[in-house]
Amino acid sequence: MSVTRLIERLLQLVPVLLGVSVIVFVMMALTPGDPVEIMIGDQLVTPEQEERMRRDLGLDRPMVERYFVFLGNALQFDFGTSFYHRRPVSDVIIERLPATIELTLMAMIIALVTAIPLGVLAAVKKNSIFDRIATVGSLLGVSLPGFWFGILLLMLFAVQLNLLPVAGRVAYEHGVTVRPITHFLLIDSLIQGQFAAFRNALAHIILPAITLGLPMTAILMRVTRTAMLEVLRADYITFAEAKGLNRQRILWRHALKNALIPTVTVAAMETGSLLGGNMIVETVFGWPGLGRLVVESIFVRNYPLVQAAVLLYAVTYVLLNFLADILYTVLNPRVKL
Amino acid sequence: MSFASDARAPADSLFRRNLRAFAANRLAFGSAIVVLIFVVMAVFAPWIAPHDPAATDLFRRLQPPAWMEGGDWAFPLGCDALGRDILSRIIYGARISIFIGVAVILVATVVGILAGLAAGYLRGWVDIVISRIVDILLGFPYLIFAIGLMAMMGPGLANIILVMAYKEWVIPCRVVRGETLAVRELEYVEAARAVGASDRHIMLREILPNILSPVLVVATIRMADVIILEAALSFLGLGVQPPTASWGAMVADGRAFILESWWVSTFPGVAILLLVLAINVASQGLRDAFDPRFSE
Repeated sequence: MSVTRLIERLLQLVPVLLGVSVIVFVMMALTPGDPVEIMIGDQLVTPEQEERMRRDLGLDRPMVERYFVFLGNALQFDFGTSFYHRRPVSDVIIERLPATIELTLMAMIIALVTAIPLGVLAAVKKNSIFDRIATVGSLLGVSLPGFWFGILLLMLFAVQLNLLPVAGRVAYEHGVTVRPITHFLLIDSLIQGQFAAFRNALAHIILPAITLGLPMTAILMRVTRTAMLEVLRADYITFAEAKGLNRQRILWRHALKNALIPTVTVAAMETGSLLGGNMIVETVFGWPGLGRLVVESIFVRNYPLVQAAVLLYAVTYVLLNFLADILYTVLNPRVKL
Repeated sequence: MSFASDARAPADSLFRRNLRAFAANRLAFGSAIVVLIFVVMAVFAPWIAPHDPAATDLFRRLQPPAWMEGGDWAFPLGCDALGRDILSRIIYGARISIFIGVAVILVATVVGILAGLAAGYLRGWVDIVISRIVDILLGFPYLIFAIGLMAMMGPGLANIILVMAYKEWVIPCRVVRGETLAVRELEYVEAARAVGASDRHIMLREILPNILSPVLVVATIRMADVIILEAALSFLGLGVQPPTASWGAMVADGRAFILESWWVSTFPGVAILLLVLAINVASQGLRDAFDPRFSE
């Protein structure tokens, strides 16, 4: 991909991101109930005080002006004050972000390491029993409601078998001993040699990560299978076979390398949908991340936080899709965007 | 199908042939029957449900399913924390899921068809504006968009349908736009233009009937996702409000009792899974039968 083309694609992002910010802003403007009234709650204030709060928040300005103030602030990562926490929204978000990112990455890793081998096997053993089971499995994977699947896993592994913890990110006694360095508990506990804490954190993350990663696993498996089938029909594979190369070598070196192109692209796109899944999964498993914070904020009407998070998620999503596009062209020089 | 009856005979036989191909796919056909059973259940809920879904009975609080100790065949799937019959609530819950699914897809498909036809046929600034809006809406993860808007608009049946339709129309719109671009230069469209047909006539009478198959296939595929999404919103408490029975909210209700009363969350989830799975399998069958480009 040429540099000019890359810059062109980057510029195309600008109107999309601006549009996203407008929609997020309008979402807030549509909110019934006045932010000042929510902030006041049942405290006693004079009409003059109320008027001053309104002016301080800029709520007396025209809509268009308010949008540009919002945009300007958002660009500086300033989303106002979280009424509920009485701290800047951005601080609260940053605090919760590592837990969400850690969970998302774990879900991705689980999805990739299960989906790719299964997809390859399903393609190689096309129409076998294994292929059929894999097909049914992937249909189940996209049809299972995540919130319910999570609860089933909890009932089985945490309640019935008593193997894994019910909720949270790490047990309290381990949580206090691990010093935050990267803020990813699994990494922090490992580099500090606290293996008990690492095991505990791993036990906490495994069920939510499986739940979150399940639809992605199902989709990636299908994509890998289809791509692999396509590649296996290609001439160069026939040629490699004719040369008498080892079958396993052909499969895992020559074929897989090309079959992975769509898989990687779809993986990047699907990471975006993990963002939405986070809210559900974090709620089910009491995971102290951003997703659960957003859901809780809705019910305490902490709108600035909801607004900031929706914007953050959307921007991340747009950028991930952009990345997927770029990745696809870079990996696949035949495609010209 | 209006276009099946008019003079274009090949469209007629193609449609029938596709339908036959679909019926021959036993798994897909069976799934379509399962979907049909759910629809019948939803429509005739008052006659089928053994109990009033809202009737509470604290003596039956968390009563286990019939086959377990303490169960009662009058309440086959047991009762929830308020002593309401879970089976009856599942039957009534089908109404919410199916009604919302159908309403969202219907609104989205109509809007998507109109927008997609306009963008693909008229091109120019209409295309630019519509495509930009589509790009922007695609910039939101679905659930985030829905959660954000529901938080602002407040829960309720009408709001859920609106919120999902705001985003859902983008998908049929893109399909219709693409298909329209592909057929707009074909001879029959040229011919209609040559005899002086209006743009409206060409879009609705010439192009639309010929691109309807992929649109219908996409509509059925999307139905499954919309139903899951509604359940997820209800699970989070942003959907239809109690005491109306909805599957997602029923799963959420059971969360507090997973230690001793597994059935409260489990059965409504099974209902969601069965319906969504059946729709997914049936729609794949439809796609294979009606849109040969996708068949492997």
